[in-house]
Amino acid sequence: MALVYQRTQGLLDVPFHYCPGCTHGIVHKLVAEVLVELGLLDSTVGVSPVGCTYNNYEYFACDMQQAAHGRAPAVATGIKRVLPDATVFTYQGDGDLAAIGTAEIVHAAARGEKITTIFVNNAIYGMTSGQMAPTTLLGQVTTTSPFGRDAATQGYPINVCEMLATLRGAVYVERVSVTSIKGIRAAKKAIRKAFLVQKKGLGFSLVEVLSTCPTNWGKSPVESLQWVDSAMTAQYPLGVFRGADLEVET
Amino acid sequence: MGRLSNRILMKGNEAIAEAAIRAGCRHYFGYPITPQTEISHYMAKRMRDVGGVFVQAESEIAAISMVYGAAGAGARAMTTSSSPGISLKQEGFSYIAGAELPCVVVNVERCGPGLGGILPAQGDYFQATKGGGHGDYRNLVLAPASVQELYELTVDAFALADRYRVLCLILADGTLGQMMEPVLYREDDAPRPATKDWATTGTKGQRPHNVITSIYIDPEILETHNLKLQAKYAEIERNEVRCETVGLEGADIVVTAFGTPARIVKNVVRMAADEGIRVGLIRPITLWPFPTKIVAEAAERESVKAFLSVELNAGQMVEDVRLAVNGRKPVHFHGRMGGMLPTQREILDTIRAIVRGEGGK
Amino acid sequence: MPRVEFREDRCKGCSLCISVCPKKIILLREDVLNCKGFHPAGVDEMDKCIGCAFCAVICPDSVIEVEK
Repeated sequence: MALVYQRTQGLLDVPFHYCPGCTHGIVHKLVAEVLVELGLLDSTVGVSPVGCTYNNYEYFACDMQQAAHGRAPAVATGIKRVLPDATVFTYQGDGDLAAIGTAEIVHAAARGEKITTIFVNNAIYGMTSGQMAPTTLLGQVTTTSPFGRDAATQGYPINVCEMLATLRGAVYVERVSVTSIKGIRAAKKAIRKAFLVQKKGLGFSLVEVLSTCPTNWGKSPVESLQWVDSAMTAQYPLGVFRGADLEVET
Repeated sequence: MGRLSNRILMKGNEAIAEAAIRAGCRHYFGYPITPQTEISHYMAKRMRDVGGVFVQAESEIAAISMVYGAAGAGARAMTTSSSPGISLKQEGFSYIAGAELPCVVVNVERCGPGLGGILPAQGDYFQATKGGGHGDYRNLVLAPASVQELYELTVDAFALADRYRVLCLILADGTLGQMMEPVLYREDDAPRPATKDWATTGTKGQRPHNVITSIYIDPEILETHNLKLQAKYAEIERNEVRCETVGLEGADIVVTAFGTPARIVKNVVRMAADEGIRVGLIRPITLWPFPTKIVAEAAERESVKAFLSVELNAGQMVEDVRLAVNGRKPVHFHGRMGGMLPTQREILDTIRAIVRGEGGK
Repeated sequence: MPRVEFREDRCKGCSLCISVCPKKIILLREDVLNCKGFHPAGVDEMDKCIGCAFCAVICPDSVIEVEK
């Protein structure tokens, strides 16, 4: 008998505070597993955002800094410029990255900062109780779009990967989901590639993970996974938007 | 002060930049704004020579956030700006205070409110000394009055920031930033702490993970954190007050002024003496901590009839002077705004009026 | 024989493990309330487990360990 799966050493032995079925937990462990498997954990500095995962510094076993809302890519820039040999990542939600921190993520990508961003998109503001996000789908009901998001007054969802893929400094940009075992394995592969891109000093890397918010979506955790597949991926197609041909495993 | 031949004629803004590099700053993050852009120009060139990092950020908010990250990673980091840009940095100021990160910020003040104008002013005294960002915090605020002092205080700022793990703010004005004066480089270094064992540099598998944060959801823990900050600020108030005084002995009138106006007032002291009015000067070099005790002691002097605060604003530091004087003597104010500087003559006229019992403007 | 172990005190009963188990042997223990107030997931027919670890891979709270 051998252990075929156990909790990664990249996470401290602390229970997550997330709601039942929230896929932040899956993304956390993928990031932690990859850092351990690549032998990078001891030289990693992560940056926590503002939002539901503001305190993920309590979970990751590496050094962590907590940033002001949206500023994680700028904070990560400061860290990386001091510690060029360290692995530096930001972990950001859709409000943090695609609303208040749009300038910071765009310019970190444009500068080709050698950092990795894990962008968790669940199309809603979780922590503040279910308001409209920049990535909320058209027609999606939230507490601040109670009649469904209306393009006429509330504009259109932002496709972050497609937008950042126009920037030369963003050398690897991929969108994944964690709604199935196959999807989770693909997501882990993408996160691994993103960190290897950084390790090789190639430039900025970002993995967008389509994620769930069962509590504020008003769906069960399993229904939420199905909604990602049926509704979210229509607006946010999975795939590699930059760096499909990058070979980083050698 | 060394021989004149050892001195270098420098612009104030360049003196700030050179001082930072000599104090061991290798990470500078900035966004251009008049009247301090020469600092960025200087850093862009010099950082390459010394193996440092210059980043032109996308905004002042990003620049201060980069300072947060760099300081948290253990580096001596700096950003500089001018009034409207400093307003944008207030978010970062508050987070830096909460996370107790040592760093240096320079505000080469221009006029406000709003975009205001690019000429010198001191309208940011309140913002610098009373907060600006949210929450209970203090920045250590240094107010130079010459290019030499810009140089020296910038070096000192890095040592003070490291010693107390605070943001040390140099509050200069456009006149000082743009003027040229001879500078003598100091030989001594800005002392560094033996270790920054709190910094996030990677665990190397040698220690538990370090966390830099300013959020504490538990109210008891957050109050304890705040009390710790307040104790640190009290220690700074006890240890770090700096002030220049001129002619307080037997003074009839005590003028308070910092930065550029203090230079003008020094001439007024001589002019007033010629007509038999004895004017003393208190020039705070630390605006926070404010030299409350020195002002209070001056107020106790029998010879002193009144105070006059001369500032490039509508009356900001005068409030701290009044708190220190605490009703013992009248406190008058003379200020100019919009980039206008008071002339020696008009300050003298105000002093004469006070002596006649007519009060200041 | 493969075996899965649930850290019951950490389980939030989200049921994602149940949804991916190819053998459909995971259930919520209706008779147990953990310290968080959830019915934790568990397996009664352990002999049917094939040790695929799908449950552990999807578990957002990393409460599942799998031996094979």
